[in-house]
Amino acid sequence: MANRIALTGDQTAAYAMKQIEPDVVAAYPITPQTEIVMSFSQYVADGEVKTEMIPVESEHSAMSACVGSAAAGARTMTATSANGLALMWEIVYIASSTRLPIVMPVVNRALSAPINIHCDHSDTMGTRDSGWIQFYCENAQEVYENLIIAPRIAEHPDILLPVMVCQDGFITSHAVEALEPFDDKDVKEFIGEYKPEQTLLDINKPLTYGPLDLQDYYFEHKRQQSEAMLNAKNKIPEVFDEFEKKFGKKFDFVERYKLDDADIAVVVLSSTAGNVKVVIDQLRDKGIKAGLLKPKIFRPFPDDEIIEALSGLKAVAVMDRSESFSNQGGPLFNEIRSAFYESDKKIPIVNYIFGLGGRDIDLEMIESVYNDLMKIVEAGKINKKVNYLGVR
Amino acid sequence: MSDNKNGWKDIPIGGMIKKAGNAFEYKTGDWRVYRPVIDREKCIDCLLCWIHCPDSAIKVEDAKIVEVDYDHCKGCGICAEVCPVNCIKMEKEN
Ligand code: SF4
Ligand code: SF4
Repeated sequence: MANRIALTGDQTAAYAMKQIEPDVVAAYPITPQTEIVMSFSQYVADGEVKTEMIPVESEHSAMSACVGSAAAGARTMTATSANGLALMWEIVYIASSTRLPIVMPVVNRALSAPINIHCDHSDTMGTRDSGWIQFYCENAQEVYENLIIAPRIAEHPDILLPVMVCQDGFITSHAVEALEPFDDKDVKEFIGEYKPEQTLLDINKPLTYGPLDLQDYYFEHKRQQSEAMLNAKNKIPEVFDEFEKKFGKKFDFVERYKLDDADIAVVVLSSTAGNVKVVIDQLRDKGIKAGLLKPKIFRPFPDDEIIEALSGLKAVAVMDRSESFSNQGGPLFNEIRSAFYESDKKIPIVNYIFGLGGRDIDLEMIESVYNDLMKIVEAGKINKKVNYLGVR
Repeated sequence: MSDNKNGWKDIPIGGMIKKAGNAFEYKTGDWRVYRPVIDREKCIDCLLCWIHCPDSAIKVEDAKIVEVDYDHCKGCGICAEVCPVNCIKMEKEN
């Protein structure tokens, strides 16, 4: 029987960080920071890790310190949430553009205003164009495994992009779950030593990071970033394979739940996928062929996997826990619809914006989505493209 | 923008500069409005212009002024301003 420990999602992230034992963690120590940093700093204080912990005066400074540290060749991590991520914004772009493989657990919470501290995805969805790789986790176990695999992806020489590992605020971050961690030794072996090709502190190979880059080269550097994200899409499966070899667990860009014979399906990120699975089981008992597709990685966008998984369906509902205010639905919906534009399969796809600011998403609401999908299949057409689920 | 620049496949990632001192390859002189012209007859080789030039664009050999490096001189006029014998004229570029 595997070793099991009871931890919250936050503590789980800190536990993964302890096993990774990065050289440097620079983080803001108070609100909107989460328990991740508190728990990790305890490990540092207790001498359980040799990590250099830099408490800084703002999230902007946290990411700035991470940029400096990563450029100096240190394996670097931080953590953030909500408005903290918003304050980091400028440096979030600089980290990815400077191609620094920083790994950052993020607790997804709503952005102000009005002030709200509960779960939605507006914080990280806002950074979806920042050039970071993004994982979205259903539960603490996924937070753990995604964090263990993250440094290998970030530091892959063909990728070299920072990674966010997102978990749902409170729902995952504050709830205690049973975690089955891997052995410290196995984690260390899997992650290996970080050997950057060049570092700022190597005086024999002088290097400048972040210089002025105007009309003549900036575009080329952006083009390289696009290529890195494409490489990420192609190389991540190799890391998945190594993960499976080491830990005996299969990894993929997406998880399918009862999807193979399904007529209708929901696509959703993170913890809500758990609720959807319960509803699917209930519907299956009634003979309704309902399924779920849960993208585990949103950047790079797993377009082929999503098209392949959804192509056989009669209707699909994409549920977004953030609003893009485009009048065209949420970000996940938009990208999935766009991915289908070239596909021969024209499936009715509708969008449900839900759960903003931590609004509960209960099983009845999810069931109502499946009911809507059945009506769409029956009528052969969509009534409303963008819907708001659970708003008064 | 000058031609023959490398494409995205052939430059270091992330804007990293791997070669020290390569700012020399970047020609900053093409947006000059006035060019400094030194009257060598009057110049006393005090080197004040050389010390003050923010772009290291005054070339010196054996403690004597040789020429202005117009590839990098941006035409700020500081040299003309500091010259004690007023032997640098700022002439309008065509
Ligand atoms: S004009 Fe300015 S840049 Fe040009 S040589 Fe004189 S001091 Fe240097
Ligand atoms: S400051 Fe004038 S006199 Fe002195 S070296 Fe320069 S040009 Fe000659």
